[in-house]
Amino acid sequence: MTHPPGSEPIAIEARHLSVYYGDFRAIEDINLPIYRNKVTAIIGPSGCGKSTLLRSFNRMNELMPNVRTEGQVLYHGKNIYDPDVDPVEVRRRIGMVFQKPNPFPKSIYENVAWGLRINGFKGSKADMDAWVEEALRAAALWDEVKDKLHQSGLSLSGGQQQRLCIARAIAVRPEIILMDEPTSALDPIATLRIEDLIRELAEHYTILIVTHNMQQAGRVSDYTAFMLMNERRAGILVEYDETRVIFTNPKDKRTEAYITGRFG
Amino acid sequence: MKTNGAEDLFQPNLPRRHRIGRWGLILFQISTLVGIVVLTALVLNVLNRTFGYVAMTYQVPPEALSINGIPVERLHPLDLAYLLRQHLPPDLLARLESEGPLEQRDRRELLDLLTTKVMRPKVLETWTLAQSLFCRQAIQTRVARLYPDARLVFRSWLTPEFLTRPQSSRPEFAGVRTAVLGSLWVVAITIAFAFPIGVGTAIYLEEYAKGKDTWVNRIIQTNINNLAGVPSIIYGILGLAIFVRALAPLTSGAIFGLVPEGATANGRTILSAGLTLGLLILPIIIINSQEAIRAVPKSLRLASYALGATQWQTIWHHVLPSAMPGILTGTILAMSRAIGETAPLIVVGASTFITVDPTGPFSKFTTLPIQIYQWTARPQDVFRHLAAAAIIVLLVMLLALNATAIILRNRYAKRRG
Repeated sequence: MTHPPGSEPIAIEARHLSVYYGDFRAIEDINLPIYRNKVTAIIGPSGCGKSTLLRSFNRMNELMPNVRTEGQVLYHGKNIYDPDVDPVEVRRRIGMVFQKPNPFPKSIYENVAWGLRINGFKGSKADMDAWVEEALRAAALWDEVKDKLHQSGLSLSGGQQQRLCIARAIAVRPEIILMDEPTSALDPIATLRIEDLIRELAEHYTILIVTHNMQQAGRVSDYTAFMLMNERRAGILVEYDETRVIFTNPKDKRTEAYITGRFG
Repeated sequence: MKTNGAEDLFQPNLPRRHRIGRWGLILFQISTLVGIVVLTALVLNVLNRTFGYVAMTYQVPPEALSINGIPVERLHPLDLAYLLRQHLPPDLLARLESEGPLEQRDRRELLDLLTTKVMRPKVLETWTLAQSLFCRQAIQTRVARLYPDARLVFRSWLTPEFLTRPQSSRPEFAGVRTAVLGSLWVVAITIAFAFPIGVGTAIYLEEYAKGKDTWVNRIIQTNINNLAGVPSIIYGILGLAIFVRALAPLTSGAIFGLVPEGATANGRTILSAGLTLGLLILPIIIINSQEAIRAVPKSLRLASYALGATQWQTIWHHVLPSAMPGILTGTILAMSRAIGETAPLIVVGASTFITVDPTGPFSKFTTLPIQIYQWTARPQDVFRHLAAAAIIVLLVMLLALNATAIILRNRYAKRRG
């Protein structure tokens, strides 16, 4: 396995990370540094543990039954799995966007404001309005919804809902945003808008995205990690490099076979 | 239409598949029909006894009390007081006056006094609605032969007075006010007790104990599922042992120094009954709430956690509001069950004959089903008409409570849109 030159600042890093569901090892000994303010894509065939790896970066895995994590995820030099780390704080700083748009059954405004509120936002109504507007602008949604902030978030189209979910995630000002196949439930046009948005967001945030769509990985990401299942059906990291290297000049034969569409 | 030979394989059994479908449809239509017929029969049976001819006599007929041709029901209260003074024996008059001068009482009260103390109607024989409609001639000849002084009136047993009068041993004056108030008190306490505990248990089992598949949790779950099927009389016996006997100081109000004047209820109070019925419907509420909580999409929880919400914030802001319509539906079902429950209340000690209204959780009480049960158990035919009228009151009350709960639920569901 190869790593890209390690000169860039690292935002978060998995070290010897293994995740078990009961007795089954879903991912095995993953070492993966994620570079700050870059978009990193995780690609690989179905069931190879991409989502499991993604969720272990903000301890969302722990919400699944019978999950056990071994190894470390270093964030600001601290292992987020240490007993004295509060997963609630981790998840505030490392946000997440899901495969299917899942806005709360609340108004558009409340969808964005809620995260602030539960995190103990202390500010006037005007402050809150400003934060909400900022988040919606950052998610390229403000112009479409500014006149109907108090309509239900569920009244939006699928692509708008997904951007609302992104706005909701960035409203609490995380450093890292994890995206689990964020466009797989969207049509091609909505997908392109989200991809543009991801590129814009990368100026301020570190983004880690799981995708099934290799063109998407090629379009949006700076770095790409390729995963596969080994003979015990556990997910392993095969190759990790700059995206253009992975797509044009992969070092591993398996990566090349996958990229060129020979399996997966 | 022949393309590749698959028709030979699949076409021949098509008529059979359709035939089976048609038979299924007929079967379901028949079962629906049976249900409708049975329900109609039930309602008709009740209505049959609620209306009908009555042969009755008056000690003082109403005509004798009319003044200047104005019928007694439309007389001025002062005239009513005057009539009472004329007809009542002096000692009764003195007692009534000592409670408050007749002239200061309102019209309804005076009319009531006039009916019960002066006119004193007496029911001699009753007929059902069907008899009244189809055998009118026979009834008239029979009344003329057997009760020459009696008058034959077509009446409804469900009257405004029936709702406002307390229980009485004279069927002419008996009403359901005490029982209706008793039922409302008991249901209120039942829900106040069972709803928070039931929902709380459901939250614990679904949100906190989930994933920790320990034997303790499994035993709790199995027990709750089985408790929902325990016969209600068993809960009555449990309530008798715990609430009426063991916790008598609490349920009688003695601990709080709240025993009403002259109360003989001991632990047999509204509170005991409410708690017993609360135990009875607790499993129903828990199971339904669990279903509702389980139906909340996982994606909603994940979205909440991903923003840095704590488990409690997730439950309080997302899981509970989303599950609430389902939880309320379960509670409505449970409430319907509680309001119609009779057996455990008999064991817990509902009074079968009581004429004072309940004043609080520590009162003696009776409830509508108990009242109905007691009336149907009487040998006199008259009381069965009262029971029928009380059944209608119970059904209307049930529908009203359910409708309120459903409206609340729908408004809640709409607001969340």
